[in-house]
Amino acid sequence: MTLVIVTVMPKKGVLDPQGQAVQRALSHMGFGEVSGVRVGKRIELQIDGHDPTGQATRMCEDLLANQLIEDFHVEVPE
Amino acid sequence: MSATRVAVLRFPGTLDHESAATAVRAVGGDPVFTHHTDTALPEGTQAVVIPGGFSYGDHLRPGALASRTPIMVAVKAHAAEGGKVLGICNGFQILCESGMLPGVLRPNASLAFICRQADLEVADADTPWTGGRRTGEVLSVPFKHHDGAWFGDPSDTRVVLRYTGENPNGSIDKIAGISNLAGNVMGLMPHPEEACDPLLGSVDGRALFAALLA
Repeated sequence: MTLVIVTVMPKKGVLDPQGQAVQRALSHMGFGEVSGVRVGKRIELQIDGHDPTGQATRMCEDLLANQLIEDFHVEVPE
Repeated sequence: MSATRVAVLRFPGTLDHESAATAVRAVGGDPVFTHHTDTALPEGTQAVVIPGGFSYGDHLRPGALASRTPIMVAVKAHAAEGGKVLGICNGFQILCESGMLPGVLRPNASLAFICRQADLEVADADTPWTGGRRTGEVLSVPFKHHDGAWFGDPSDTRVVLRYTGENPNGSIDKIAGISNLAGNVMGLMPHPEEACDPLLGSVDGRALFAALLA
């Protein structure tokens, strides 16, 4: 089993209303220094067999990310 | 002659199938509930409705998991042969996630769930879906959604319905409903099945169901 971590983020340039709402809340709480807040997802996968990175990439392309609006990153932690 | 058979799909979390079936009956069709695990549409199906709701709890992205179910393979084959498909609200999201319609539905710009009656302008009268209404005519149909902002390239599609007045959800070009270029697959966020009976204040939604039988 290999642990693969997939990160899915809204594409740069695509409006991220969730990130904006979180940023506004942070700023109301007094964290005035924060900007550029974006909210995405982290998906952990346990993958059997060879080429877990390739398998995870195909899963992203086929389901886990909608590439019209999202970018993904696949990582196998050391 | 028997009534036109219309498959009304049901996924876990589908909510509006009863209203959709009632609307199909109101225009003279024969609705048949069809389960997401089925690998074929019911014998004799001539059109498909994908009703609204929150299939699979909207997990991952609205419509994403429903669009990968066995029944959707059969729906794609039905559409590829020119069969009519109408996706409403979550059904529209499923059609976009399946690639049967272009684009994707994103969260409303306000991040609020919005529920109200809307005036929709017919933007393209040359599809089968607006029942002879002229471009610019207005249909009164309610909508209720959290993820209704269509995002995509309008030149990839036919814009059939637009919101009038202020953009309620951040949809590109105020798009409320689109069809594929061939015109046989239609998706919209508003709920025409809730505008098919005078008791509900409008019967403007009937045109979309009548189109399924044409």
